[in-house]
Amino acid sequence: MSIALPAVPAVGKPRGRSLRWAPGAVAAGLVLLLVAVAAVAPRLITGADPLAADPFHALEAPSGTHWFGTDQLGRDVFTRVVHGARYSLSSGLVSTLLSVLAGGIAGLLAGLAPRAVDEVLSRALDVLSAFPEVLLALLFIAFTEPGTPSLVMAIALAFAPRYGRIVRAQTLLVRRSGYVEQAVTFGLSRARLVWRHVLPNVLGPLPVIATIGLGTAIVNASALSFLGMGPQPPSPEWGAMLAESRNYLRVAWWAAILPGATLTITVISLTAVGRRLQRRFEGRR
Amino acid sequence: MPPMLKPVLRRLGSGVVVLWAAASAAYLALRLAPGDTVDTLVGDGPDTPQIRAQIARDLGLDRPAVVQYLGYLWRLLHGDLGRSYVLQRPVVDVIGSQVWPTVKLTLLATAFSAVIAVALAIVTTGRARWLRGLVSGLELSIVSAPGFLIGILLLSVFSFQLGWFPVSGDRDASALVLPAVSLALPIGGLLSQVIREGLERALEEPFAVTARARGLTRLALLWRHALRHALLPAVTLAGTLIGFLLSAAVVVERVFGRPGLGEVATEAVGNKDIPVVLAVVMLAAAIYVVLSTLADLAYLLIDPRLRKG
Repeated sequence: MSIALPAVPAVGKPRGRSLRWAPGAVAAGLVLLLVAVAAVAPRLITGADPLAADPFHALEAPSGTHWFGTDQLGRDVFTRVVHGARYSLSSGLVSTLLSVLAGGIAGLLAGLAPRAVDEVLSRALDVLSAFPEVLLALLFIAFTEPGTPSLVMAIALAFAPRYGRIVRAQTLLVRRSGYVEQAVTFGLSRARLVWRHVLPNVLGPLPVIATIGLGTAIVNASALSFLGMGPQPPSPEWGAMLAESRNYLRVAWWAAILPGATLTITVISLTAVGRRLQRRFEGRR
Repeated sequence: MPPMLKPVLRRLGSGVVVLWAAASAAYLALRLAPGDTVDTLVGDGPDTPQIRAQIARDLGLDRPAVVQYLGYLWRLLHGDLGRSYVLQRPVVDVIGSQVWPTVKLTLLATAFSAVIAVALAIVTTGRARWLRGLVSGLELSIVSAPGFLIGILLLSVFSFQLGWFPVSGDRDASALVLPAVSLALPIGGLLSQVIREGLERALEEPFAVTARARGLTRLALLWRHALRHALLPAVTLAGTLIGFLLSAAVVVERVFGRPGLGEVATEAVGNKDIPVVLAVVMLAAAIYVVLSTLADLAYLLIDPRLRKG
């Protein structure tokens, strides 16, 4: 659960600074690359089996053979973390994509349609965003089954209003802009106007906003998995690993904290890259 | 204040509409839920057509949908949230005892986050670049970190290693400290960014120069004059923060094994006890709508420029 606000004021003023990639952003990019490799081809990073239990070596501290130590069943935590990247990244990506799509369509319709339609759609978004995100997702899962598909749908539903509002505001902005007015005076057809002028300018900023939103989606997916609503044990999902190892915290902090730390570093990297992209994007305009 | 009346009524009205629509959506969800209500209630008990008819009559399921819907709204207005499928008790009884632990937690967390945010912002405003960079980095990490990780870190250090606080439960005030801190840190981190930005802007205003010329110390200027301006933008964040607080409380309660609405909701999701889940979610939505409406109204009071509506 992180509080992602698309409008978080950029820390450290961008004013007067060149738009080169700062070392921090490069590091963040490398972290993301590593996570992506782990998600796509975990065997490239570690050859071990994430489910192989070894009770004789349970709860061992991090060492040369077990970089992140072992958990209560003697499974290698590092291997599990590497294999877990797939769950977090895929559920984050798919749910963000779905919520951007659903929110984007609703927002675009609200921004372009006559006032009555806009009013109804905006109110619907208001209603949906009155439900705190985790609780709305829990409600959705109560009606379906715990597991990755409903987790993804639940998060997509919970975050759609956020994108809907951004797209609606952006659409209204573009609609009232000088170049659209000019195009209307030139007698462009409505379909052509929307397709050629409104759509590109509305959708432009979305990838950047979605990058920051992706981090929030990943955190929320893990939080719900931590609550037992996502992939079930023994799946090496990061949040589920934390929940499983919470009871062994006294003797083996690494089994809970290292997966959590990996998740945090991934999300921080996403946020950092997202903010950097945002600055670039805003600077260009 | 007649000019203020219109925007206030407008805001209140939209709050009521959102609440009504949320309740209706919940009703629709309940009706569309997979599984027949009568089936669920019969469960493993005796199952005859008479008993089924009796249950349907007791619940009013034999009446037209509109009547049922109006009856639902009427009961909701009177605080009747239905019956738990699993526990066979009124939902109000099930969640009633769990409201206070959650409220207690969120209130303390709010207080902590305000202290953290203001302290961090005042200490770092206008300070050396490296210090601000360091604090901003910390804030970014805390805001990005999942709530359960912060909770588990605190638990690991302060409960298991140092033994200062109890590991779980809700026996006394000391059990409340770590959960409240883990809720407060991300909110404090976010708010302090906003407040610092506001403080820096306020310090560029002429009144700040005047105050400094009168011989006010930097701290007094920040605390007595600039902070008031800096808090304004923070009020607009209230809605987001309330939503976050309610969401995060669910997870933090689980981390610390505390009783509360989150615990009830999580358990009810596992049991498919939909009336209980719905009740908690609607309660959260109602709290969100009421508080964010109040925050908007407060904003109207503070900033006259918005009153034109």
